[in-house]
Amino acid sequence: MTVQPEQLSGAQSLVRSLEAAGVDTVFGIPGGAILPLYDPLMDSTTIRHVLVRHEQGAGHAAEGFAQATGRVGVCMATSGPGATNLVTPIADAYMDSVPIVAITGQVPSAAIGTDAFQEADIRGITMPITKHNYLVTDPDDIPRTIAEAFHIASTGRPGPVLVDVSKDALQAATTFHWPTTIDLPGYHPVTRPHGKQIREAARMMAEARRPVLYVGGGVLKARAWGELLTLAELTGIPVVTTLMARGAFPDSHHLHLGMPGMHGTVAAVTALQKSDLIISLGARFDDRVTGKLASFAPDAKVIHADIDPAEISKNRTADVPIVGDCRDVIADLVLAVKAEHDAGRHGDYEGWWAQVHHWRATYPLGYERPADGSLAPQYVIERIGQIAGPDALYVAGVGQHQMWAAQFISYEKPGTWLNSGGLGTMGYAVPAAMGAKAGRPEATVWAIDGDGCFQMTNQELATCAINNIPIKVAIINNGTLGMVRQWQTLFYNERYSNTDLDSRRIPDFVKLAEAYGCVGLRCEKAEEVDATITKAMEIDDQPVVVDFTVHQDAMVWPMVPAGTSNDEIQVARDMAPQWDTEAGEVRS
Amino acid sequence: MSRHTLSVLVENKPGVLARIAGLFSRRGFNIDALAVGPTEHDDVSRMTIVVNAAELPLEQVTKQLNKLVEVLKIVEMDPAVSVQRELMLVKVAADRSTRSHVLETVQLFRAKVVDVAPDAVTIEATGNVEKLDALLRVLEPYGVRELVQSGVVAVGRGSRSITDRSSRPSVSKLPVTA
Repeated sequence: MTVQPEQLSGAQSLVRSLEAAGVDTVFGIPGGAILPLYDPLMDSTTIRHVLVRHEQGAGHAAEGFAQATGRVGVCMATSGPGATNLVTPIADAYMDSVPIVAITGQVPSAAIGTDAFQEADIRGITMPITKHNYLVTDPDDIPRTIAEAFHIASTGRPGPVLVDVSKDALQAATTFHWPTTIDLPGYHPVTRPHGKQIREAARMMAEARRPVLYVGGGVLKARAWGELLTLAELTGIPVVTTLMARGAFPDSHHLHLGMPGMHGTVAAVTALQKSDLIISLGARFDDRVTGKLASFAPDAKVIHADIDPAEISKNRTADVPIVGDCRDVIADLVLAVKAEHDAGRHGDYEGWWAQVHHWRATYPLGYERPADGSLAPQYVIERIGQIAGPDALYVAGVGQHQMWAAQFISYEKPGTWLNSGGLGTMGYAVPAAMGAKAGRPEATVWAIDGDGCFQMTNQELATCAINNIPIKVAIINNGTLGMVRQWQTLFYNERYSNTDLDSRRIPDFVKLAEAYGCVGLRCEKAEEVDATITKAMEIDDQPVVVDFTVHQDAMVWPMVPAGTSNDEIQVARDMAPQWDTEAGEVRS
Repeated sequence: MSRHTLSVLVENKPGVLARIAGLFSRRGFNIDALAVGPTEHDDVSRMTIVVNAAELPLEQVTKQLNKLVEVLKIVEMDPAVSVQRELMLVKVAADRSTRSHVLETVQLFRAKVVDVAPDAVTIEATGNVEKLDALLRVLEPYGVRELVQSGVVAVGRGSRSITDRSSRPSVSKLPVTA
């Protein structure tokens, strides 16, 4: 259906453009420069605007919406401080390839460059943290720019796009015509992989003796979990899922070794480290996965598939580079592997599996209950996962609780795990959970947050309570910046410089929750955990905040200390796995 | 590390120079020389960027540049099959006792004098980087008062054009949701 041209204001044109782009939810806060846009927005019958309490919340909510629904998330702010408050979520979306469009008001074009009131060069500021950005001063450019912004944000490697619109462009008269084509001569993401590379990859998979499927967030972005399951079961190759890919492959599947990286399972870290072939699918050899790069997987050849050519051979040189969309890549790999099988060439991974099984059986994930009877944070998170189940969405902040949530919740379905992976943004959880719940109101959404993270963005609880977005928040309250404290324990002689938040005393999270119109619960004993979670699950008409008071000295294990080789993985403090046992010995 | 000359075709839009310069500094690359100007197509500008980088980092910066939406095409100019030129204007101290020596140098390098003052001459010279460096070395003993260089521009030899429109992909269809 074509939209007919008609006379209106730039602001009306922008609202019409958002409607034409299929937007039904926007998170934002008005202000001077963007006021003209908010007026016609009030009349839109299809766009729900959620009035947040801080622009950072709007940005993370747009991210949560996008990650939960697979659609482009939208946030809106005024010029100057409104726009600069969006910088953190935009950078976050850039690092984690989340498709969002940020719309900001700008001072009138005649005032740009004069240090006008609430002026900030947000286009210049966000150049290094957006996939692309625009400054619009001509109202006639609005529909085309919005169409391009949504196209760029959602195609290829997804990412944030910012559209800055001057106030006079919003106020001036224009015509509205939604474009049916997009002319971006410099933007053509390659989605179809090269057949020759695919065949070479399949050949190497059949010849390898110790292969690993290294699965990254790109598999979720490409919605390629079905193809991945087929490929894994067809080949019998062990699978590891990165922090950004949790849920792309069922945790309960016998081929799954868990998460690799700094706090990954011994089996996943070691399998990558000892492998002779890494098949990287939509992953980027992040330093938190590779450890010291020079010593990462020294015997492995690398097949690297990614939609972004710049990721391939950026950190680790690829032997077989494959540029393409993961869904196409994996589907083609399945066909190529079948052709290898038809020709009688099957991979023989029996000896490899014997080793992998040994690591998995000897070093399972685990934790100790504190001797003083206080609550183990891991237990709380584990029980939330078990009681809320595999259909719930889990949204973490950043730190110890995030790692435990990645480790001790069993992810069976794609899109059920949201977190800030690349940028590591404390404060992500509450607003992102809000965005996820707004996008998928039928789903149970649990924010698993730390007491430090929670205090950075908890004002969005007001937004949730007022707008009927009943998220559930578990504050894993150890009263301290737990991950920093863990590093101080291990690497700074237990000198706890400025990590004690005293947040088991101030604020009173239960009272805070109630003040924000939420239900506040507190849980301090292991035997109360299940009843508390069940009670929170039963409340559906209000946000719920549970203050889980947990042990302060719990640590995240296993751990590969920063900057060291993955060979140095420790399963507990000063405890390295025993590699010399017979079955664990690595044969090449 | 070695010197590479990149010809970068970009859409002629505001901010594109800032985008490219920002990308170089953000990814830790140094630009040795940069020249920007129009092309035979009104909507396309051409940048000639000289970088000093090893092979792998150069590949990385090229890939990152290619990701910029406004970058149309990047071609590395091989010195063997391209013409590379730079313009230099240099003001050299020259009085009655040294002027003739300076003018002799100007002639030897097929440069020209574009301005004369009682105690200085301004010389215009064009050439590749090596020639201009050699000229500067000879002029330095007389006293270089002021030096300005344009940055290298480069064009491939032969009849083919890197700005040929046929090599640019066409318009892509937008899925219309409204």
